[in-house]
Amino acid sequence: MQTYVARRLLLMIPTLMGLSMIVFVMLRIVPGDVVALIAGDYGAVSPEIKEAMLADFGLDKNIPIQYVHWLGKIASADLGTSLISGRSVTSELSNRLPVTLELGILAMIVSASLAIPIGIISAVRQNTAADYVGRSIAIGFLAAPNFWLAILLITLASRYFTWGVPPTTYVGFLDDPIANLKLMTVPALLLGTGLAGSVMRYTRSTILEVMRQDYVRTAYAKGLENRVVIVRHVLRNALMPVVTVIGLQLPVVIGGTIIIESVYSIPGMGRYYISSINSLDFPVIQAINVVVALFTVFSILLVDLLYSVLNPRIRYS
Amino acid sequence: MATGTDIQAAFALRADQHFLQRIPRSIWRFVRHYPLGALGAAFIILLLAMTVLPDLFTNQDPSFQVIRDRHNPPSGAHWFGTDRLGRDMYTRIVFGARTSIVVGFGVVVVSSVLSTILGVVSGYTGGWFDTIFQRLIDIGISLPGLIFIILFITAFQGMPGGVLYPIIISVAILISIRLSRVIRAGVIAVKEEQYVDAAYALGAGNIRIMAQHIFPNVFALVLVSASIEVGGAILIESALSFLGYGIPPPTASWGRMLNEAREELTRSPHIAIFPGLAIFMTVYSFNMLGDAVRDKLDPRLRGSK
Repeated sequence: MQTYVARRLLLMIPTLMGLSMIVFVMLRIVPGDVVALIAGDYGAVSPEIKEAMLADFGLDKNIPIQYVHWLGKIASADLGTSLISGRSVTSELSNRLPVTLELGILAMIVSASLAIPIGIISAVRQNTAADYVGRSIAIGFLAAPNFWLAILLITLASRYFTWGVPPTTYVGFLDDPIANLKLMTVPALLLGTGLAGSVMRYTRSTILEVMRQDYVRTAYAKGLENRVVIVRHVLRNALMPVVTVIGLQLPVVIGGTIIIESVYSIPGMGRYYISSINSLDFPVIQAINVVVALFTVFSILLVDLLYSVLNPRIRYS
Repeated sequence: MATGTDIQAAFALRADQHFLQRIPRSIWRFVRHYPLGALGAAFIILLLAMTVLPDLFTNQDPSFQVIRDRHNPPSGAHWFGTDRLGRDMYTRIVFGARTSIVVGFGVVVVSSVLSTILGVVSGYTGGWFDTIFQRLIDIGISLPGLIFIILFITAFQGMPGGVLYPIIISVAILISIRLSRVIRAGVIAVKEEQYVDAAYALGAGNIRIMAQHIFPNVFALVLVSASIEVGGAILIESALSFLGYGIPPPTASWGRMLNEAREELTRSPHIAIFPGLAIFMTVYSFNMLGDAVRDKLDPRLRGSK
């Protein structure tokens, strides 16, 4: 087990290096000139100053040297310095990443607590009215773009209710948990319902698959009650793959926060990413891509390990 | 002794029945078995008609502005009302179908071809090539979704043909990387079948075996996955347009119409309702049709209904 984890952790290094290389090269293809963009704010700037700025940002050397330089910094846990704010990327992200993670985790809770019950009901009562209603709701969640629901909700809220209107100032969770949860609830609900569709579908199909297994028929044959068979035999086996799917949603959630954060003006990483792309803040764009990739590979590993804990039939060696 | 003709007669089978004549009956059977899927298919046919011949549905120009008629609510003259520039919303939604359909189908065509090639070659070849190739796929799987797509579009926005190709290619890459694993698993299962050995014994080359014996047997898998991805691709396109990374004006796009609506919400909420409803119904239809196609074609679900 320990060697398995060690090998998986080692395999992450080439994966993340490959990914960071792709992002690095792509950033250098982006048309537009950061220096001109920043210098433009200070009026006309002579070519010498521009060259000095390029050298200062480390953008004057060729791409392979820049990449090796960046790798060297990463090795000492330094994500670089934002070209726009001049602060270290680590400190910029340390404010914003927790906000995004909070939103993401809340959304995943919403998604799981909606999707699993609906999935179970619609599988157990396959091809009944309950099944059709449940599936329609799930596909409805999947099909409705959450930014559309968000702007509709904001309109309705500002016209008819007093809740749901995005507040103008953001409150951190540690400063005032209740005020924070109040303003995070609606975005998390919108994000979570969007995710629920695919989890619900997956829950339904795995349960249907398990219900066709021989051991389920055996359980019925020895006269067990329907409820006991479903809970002890079916759900126990069917919910494991569902856990996997939920765990693998983390990167999807983080991608989804880009939209919801910009609609609800939540100061998280997603909104920061958009503004960094627009201002060509290379180190920040690079760092966010790598951080999210890191979350992705770790959640894949975690899910695999969780799987072996939940399912004694799987043993990694 | 029963001859072939006798058997055909006994079961009322007609050898001369042309397959074109069977189409209406197959369609009717599909409608009866999968009513929701058929409803989705009908809506998709409507959208395809809008894509090819938008003038059939409206006689107005999607960019025609009447400043006097800004922010008009829905009426007889403007079914879905008008936007902040006095353009007819109904006409813009009809023309916006083209953007969604082109991106949705473009992504599916590119990702089906790409994932089939990746999956078949990697699964059939096996060995060290497969091992190295799967490590590359690992890199692809860690690409951070929407975050990567936005970067890709920003990097390649200068490409000839505008931002449409980068959108299709980046979404297709992300989908086909995941899909190629599914297809590879299918290929590995098929590879062990006796007919593959038989083809090899008869002297068929690798490419011939892959194209004629492996591919047809994983094709259902490709089709099923593809049909489910169309809706997702359309949603991503609308999200990109909403964020301002989509196909630029004057091309009508449902996502960007929603972005424009954000500014006008309190004054005229109808601007937000109709484009969103269009996206919703389109994605819903593709999902319903995809589910029906999966139930019908997926070898793992076949006979389970």
